[in-house]
Amino acid sequence: MWYYEKKLQYPVKVSTCNPTLAKYLIEQYGGADGELAAALRYMNQRYTIPDKVVGLLTDIATEEFSHLEMIATMIYKLTKDATPEMLKEAGLGEHYANHDRALFYQNAAGSPFTATYIQAKGDPIADLYEDIAAEEKARATYQWIIDLSDDTDLNDSLKFLREREVVHSQRFREAVEILKDDRDRKKFF
Amino acid sequence: MFTQFKYWKPYISPFDPCKPIKVKSYSTPPQLYMGFQPPGLPQYPTPKEALKSGTLWPQLFSPYPDPQKGGMKHE
Repeated sequence: MWYYEKKLQYPVKVSTCNPTLAKYLIEQYGGADGELAAALRYMNQRYTIPDKVVGLLTDIATEEFSHLEMIATMIYKLTKDATPEMLKEAGLGEHYANHDRALFYQNAAGSPFTATYIQAKGDPIADLYEDIAAEEKARATYQWIIDLSDDTDLNDSLKFLREREVVHSQRFREAVEILKDDRDRKKFF
Repeated sequence: MFTQFKYWKPYISPFDPCKPIKVKSYSTPPQLYMGFQPPGLPQYPTPKEALKSGTLWPQLFSPYPDPQKGGMKHE
């Protein structure tokens, strides 16, 4: 079970009215390498991974949900006061027709979120390597969104999220080291 | 010297339609090199700096965009 803290992990400030950025950020909301996919992937893999790394998956999955919340806040702020014309200009006309300004779990191209984004192979090494790849892909996605955005306040939060991907990748790499280490063998130096 | 970005020069054809980008770069952040994080790594002096950086350890901090290319340097 979880305790909820009614605040964001890192502050989100948006200084420009730019619904186009919301369209790109949706990729991190409901895309294949987005925060929802990450959280659900780790949360699900926990059950069948060796117990030494279960806690790590729980912690990272939990943090991914707090990132999801930050992304949602960004998208909401970028679109909440945009007129239908502005949304249309930003390429969000179809979104408005279907969802008004509501958030929806979909990628930047409008494909709805699907469980096929998430793999659970059951092999601990295969699963952890997928997790490392997912973190690097999410890091890259943040880079490309930072490149597309000229909102310095928003970029500040995006740089924080990108750094967290770096740290998570580091932890998953350590998890692989733990699992491949021959712990029971006697070591002689 | 160790850098967190690597550079390469792609082939440029005389018939490329767009103005060529002569040097391309990609990010190579610290987790690619660290292995198991050594115990006792130095931490940021203040919690505020750590929060701003997104990590407790300067050695795990990865700047973006590339500071060499005029990206904002993270203090």
